[in-house]
Amino acid sequence: MNVDQPAVAVADEIELVGIEKRFQTADGVVHAVATTNINVRQREFVVLLGPSGCGKTTILRMIAGLLQPSAGEVRVARRNLWNGGQRDKVALQELGIVFQEANLFPWFSIEDNVALPLKLRGVGRRERLEKARALCDLVAIKGFEKRWPRELSGGMRQRAAIARALSYDPEILLMDEPFGALDAMTRDTMNLEIQRIWMSQKSTVVFVTHSIGEAVFLADRIILLSPRPGRISSVTEVSFPRPRQMAIQTMPEFQAIVRTLREQLEAMG
Amino acid sequence: MNFVRRHMTWFTTPALIFVFLVAWDLYCRWSGIHPFIVPRPGDVVMQYGKLLQLKSLWNHTYITVYETLVGFFFACIIGIGGGALLGKIQWLEETLRPFVIATQVIPKIALVSLFILWFGFGSEPKILVSTILAFFPILTNTLLGVKSVDLGHKDVMKSLNASRWQTFSLLELRSALPAIIAGLEVGIVLAYIGAIVGEFAGGTQGLGYLTLEYQNQLNAPGLFGILIQLTLIGFVLYLAIIVIRRALIPWHESVLVERPQPLA
Repeated sequence: MNVDQPAVAVADEIELVGIEKRFQTADGVVHAVATTNINVRQREFVVLLGPSGCGKTTILRMIAGLLQPSAGEVRVARRNLWNGGQRDKVALQELGIVFQEANLFPWFSIEDNVALPLKLRGVGRRERLEKARALCDLVAIKGFEKRWPRELSGGMRQRAAIARALSYDPEILLMDEPFGALDAMTRDTMNLEIQRIWMSQKSTVVFVTHSIGEAVFLADRIILLSPRPGRISSVTEVSFPRPRQMAIQTMPEFQAIVRTLREQLEAMG
Repeated sequence: MNFVRRHMTWFTTPALIFVFLVAWDLYCRWSGIHPFIVPRPGDVVMQYGKLLQLKSLWNHTYITVYETLVGFFFACIIGIGGGALLGKIQWLEETLRPFVIATQVIPKIALVSLFILWFGFGSEPKILVSTILAFFPILTNTLLGVKSVDLGHKDVMKSLNASRWQTFSLLELRSALPAIIAGLEVGIVLAYIGAIVGEFAGGTQGLGYLTLEYQNQLNAPGLFGILIQLTLIGFVLYLAIIVIRRALIPWHESVLVERPQPLA
């Protein structure tokens, strides 16, 4: 095969076909996400950006299988995620999720937390801990494997949560404002880290944030969402070469994208 | 400085006991109170020493501890099992709540007479009182613990497609453990009180019975001696729960001795 030829079109890793979400609340029905189509290619880094209430977390939770869409299809790793109210096991195994909070179990050591998904799959203890050790190395928390989660800082706990999501080698990593609770400096470091991890794991990422700078720094493609009901407002391709350094934030091209997005956000009111 | 703070209680506790005993002794000497009413601490210790040599004291102690532990055991089964069940099934909790509360608002001492009527003067009525007294805090704490599982933790288990049993054993039960153990700490003390109250009401064995007998003999120093025995046994029972806590929830704030150091 000629290496110079572009790859043959592979089916997209994530396909949201006409998905919609309504919530039943005490004050009636809330239309959280209007009919939306989103496709994410293999190894793509897609950022869902928008103000609070734009349904970005709802969309992510629908991809994750934590919420069932009111209408439409979710296809993950070329499989239907929902089959008659049941979630597809194989599709779920290709999804790794990192939440805003690290959500580590305080009664497990860091390595047991990282290896929890493997324990649920019935992997033996020795193999689990070997994998956990390698992952702790990957996310740069080597030496803290035996600690309790409460003994680690917020940034390190989030690193452990990323390691846990990677433990079963999912093709897709879903991240819901994973660094929202961290201070600005730690956040910059974590953004560099997540780029490094994503490049080494060759995974597909959907990343939710309300920080424009974070979105432009990380994304191949930014999907901007507008609120009430949540819908796609614009799509921006970001083509800075990788790996990106923090310094690109000072480039005029970078700032131009940030400015455009900010204007669009402000126009939403 | 840190060393002094950490080991402070090893000095303060004996010191406070010593001050208390000296004050007691001085009071007896200077007030001229009759030793029959308030004996001097030295006499009480002597009396306790004599009591310790009585074979029957250990027999009575054994009976009381036996009743407490068996009562506590049943209280644990009802409390933890029932609490977990009620915590998971909302309608069952609402249906049974008035009955559970009824077992607590009844003056339990009135029940003792009934139990003696049913079961006679053996250990059974005492165990029953002990269980009824002790299960409630264990049940309410288990209920609370099972119900207050962190939503984010639930999301993790759901996203990993964990089975119901995995979610219960790896998440819900472990997250409820600190609350359950807090219930056990109260429960063991109540089980002990239940056994002794049961012995007060009738029968011929146990430290509660012995107390009653000394009262009839107007044996004040003997009563003080039993009081010491009762207190020491109570401490041992409570300490056993503390040991269990350290073994079961070493990760919890209540156990970790070192302050968490912010790392990096």
